[in-house]
Amino acid sequence: MFESLTDKLSSALRNLRGVGKLTEENMADALKEVRTALLSADVHFKVAREFIERVQTACVGQEVLKGVAPGQQIVKIINDELVRLLGEGTNELSSARPLKVLMVGLHGSGKTTSTAKLGKLLKKRGYRPFVVGCDVYRPAAIDQLEILAKQEELGFYSDRVSKDVPAIGAAGLAAAHAANADAIFFDTAGRLQIDSDLIEEVKKLRERIKPDEILLVADGALGQEAVNVAKAFHDALGLTGLILTKLDGDARGGAALSIKSITGVPIKFVGTGEKTADFDTFYPDRLASRILGM
Amino acid sequence: FGGRSIDASSLETLEEALYTADFGVATTEEILTEIKSAYKADKDLRGQQAAAIGSSVLKRVLAGSERELTQAPTGPTVIVMIGVNGSGKTTTSAKLAWLLKQDGKSVMLAACDTFRAAAVEQLKAWATRLDLPIVASHTGADAAAVAFDAMQAAKARGCDYLIVDTAGRLHTKSNLMDELAKIRRVLQKNDPTAPHHSWLVVDGSLGTNSIEQARVFHKSFGITGLVVTKLDGTSRGGAIVGIWRELKLPIYFLGLGEQPEDLQPFSAENYSKAVFGTE
Ligand SMILES: Nc1nc2c(ncn2[C@@H]2O[C@H](COP(=O)(O)OP(=O)(O)OP(=O)(O)O)[C@@H](O)[C@H]2O)c(=O)[nH]1
Ligand SMILES: Nc1nc2c(ncn2[C@@H]2O[C@H](COP(=O)(O)OP(=O)(O)OP(=O)(O)O)[C@@H](O)[C@H]2O)c(=O)[nH]1
Ligand SMILES: [K+]
Ligand SMILES: [Mg+2]
Ligand SMILES: [Mg+2]
Repeated sequence: MFESLTDKLSSALRNLRGVGKLTEENMADALKEVRTALLSADVHFKVAREFIERVQTACVGQEVLKGVAPGQQIVKIINDELVRLLGEGTNELSSARPLKVLMVGLHGSGKTTSTAKLGKLLKKRGYRPFVVGCDVYRPAAIDQLEILAKQEELGFYSDRVSKDVPAIGAAGLAAAHAANADAIFFDTAGRLQIDSDLIEEVKKLRERIKPDEILLVADGALGQEAVNVAKAFHDALGLTGLILTKLDGDARGGAALSIKSITGVPIKFVGTGEKTADFDTFYPDRLASRILGM
Repeated sequence: FGGRSIDASSLETLEEALYTADFGVATTEEILTEIKSAYKADKDLRGQQAAAIGSSVLKRVLAGSERELTQAPTGPTVIVMIGVNGSGKTTTSAKLAWLLKQDGKSVMLAACDTFRAAAVEQLKAWATRLDLPIVASHTGADAAAVAFDAMQAAKARGCDYLIVDTAGRLHTKSNLMDELAKIRRVLQKNDPTAPHHSWLVVDGSLGTNSIEQARVFHKSFGITGLVVTKLDGTSRGGAIVGIWRELKLPIYFLGLGEQPEDLQPFSAENYSKAVFGTE
């Protein structure tokens, strides 16, 4: 694994062949290359810089291990640090029953689809899931959730007349309790983190339903703004987890490192396709390899 | 540069501005090099803000990227919206239809996303709201058959424009790319010059993957232009610069919100100023 990664990261790392000790000088080119890899993967500019500094500290002064090329040794240090960072925290959901989950995020990130995916997953684990449609803005958003709920045989509530999102949430919660559901998901409209009205609205929704999990659903191909987006959602709502979607594409997913570094919120699930079964728990080592471009 | 060099801190500020606008490594480095040589060649640049230099270089890099939508000489002008999942195709279809309608044109919509749950209902809801004719079938129907019917209907009604909304698809899925080719073939049965425009709808909040998306969609389908959405957020959509530099695909419109009127013609000058905050 580290060998192929070293190949990918190429010349600068291989040039460290024959050195006995890793020093700041002999690592400079290698680390520059790693920085390029991170930036190409959409890791935020400042997050990439901090990451490199940390790796540098970890490397300097380390004796090159016998029989291990120094380039490979650096790659191992980088990879381990990345896996450690990405994997911090638990990828388990809260064990509360009933479990209440609030889904939030930017427009089109995959909230509605992930709501159905998570419902399907928990149903398989023996829960009685129930979904509540709280998107009163996007045309046919409620229809989309209802169709998916029917397809996966999940409980469903929405109100096609009201625009009072917190009230819809509360009514949905009551309907879920009445249906004896024990995993209740609230799908919300896409919103910009700078849209103060809509952020206020979802804060009020949170007050009414008191969720055990507040999951940010983020597109795996998100760019540099991922840090601002995640920070604002986290500050407003107190996120408990991240779902990274559309990883069936070839985006490198560096935004996840940015979000993780800035908020410390654990990554819990990944979306790997349009179908409701295309959903997986999060494995930090896989994402680390992907970000480094293996 | 000797004593006349742009100082290290303003260069770093520029570098940061370029990276955090999602220009990516290659474009950032090339623009930085250009900035350095622009500085060298033009001493007047000396006292100016680093941002102003960046914005003028960016405007030069983007020269030619603006394009106005033109109507075909005869028959309905067909515009196909293409892109990855959730990029904003359906909303852009509606917004564009609204813009054209405001301009006195007759527009028809074609609901060719027959795959995603409630995609048909979503475009139908827009058609009702904007009072526009639409050809739609049901989820699971053949998308190409809907395109065929819509083309015939648009011709029969003498519409100026037909806007075809398609299902979101990742560029990495070749079977889904084949469906697009099929849609094109049936459109051409009615008009060999159709579709007149095949636009890639790019989510402006995405990073460097947009360049790969454009590369692959262009190679397998032949994209004729771009629409960049969600620029009402904090993202600056810098990946479009890389797309322009590499593929020379013109940028027609920017999406700036979820309302019908939130679609604006692209201006390289305004964009360049916005990226560096030099109004
Ligand atoms: N390929 C792929 N597509 C996905 C994935 N998750 C969601 N999608 C697709 O992405 C698009 C947007 O998904 P939605 O679930 O509607 O996103 P949303 O966040 O609810 O969107 P809004 O409610 O409009 O903000 C749809 O076409 C989904 O099918 C994924 O993991 N992979
Ligand atoms: N803020 C903002 N939101 C937008 C813009 N364009 C589209 N959206 C929102 O983004 C989400 C996805 O838009 P859609 O038009 O459904 O995207 P799509 O490409 O048709 O999605 P799929 O068909 O599922 O692939 C919706 O919530 C839209 O309201 C924009 O310019 N700004
Ligand atoms: K997105
Ligand atoms: Mg939704
Ligand atoms: Mg759509």
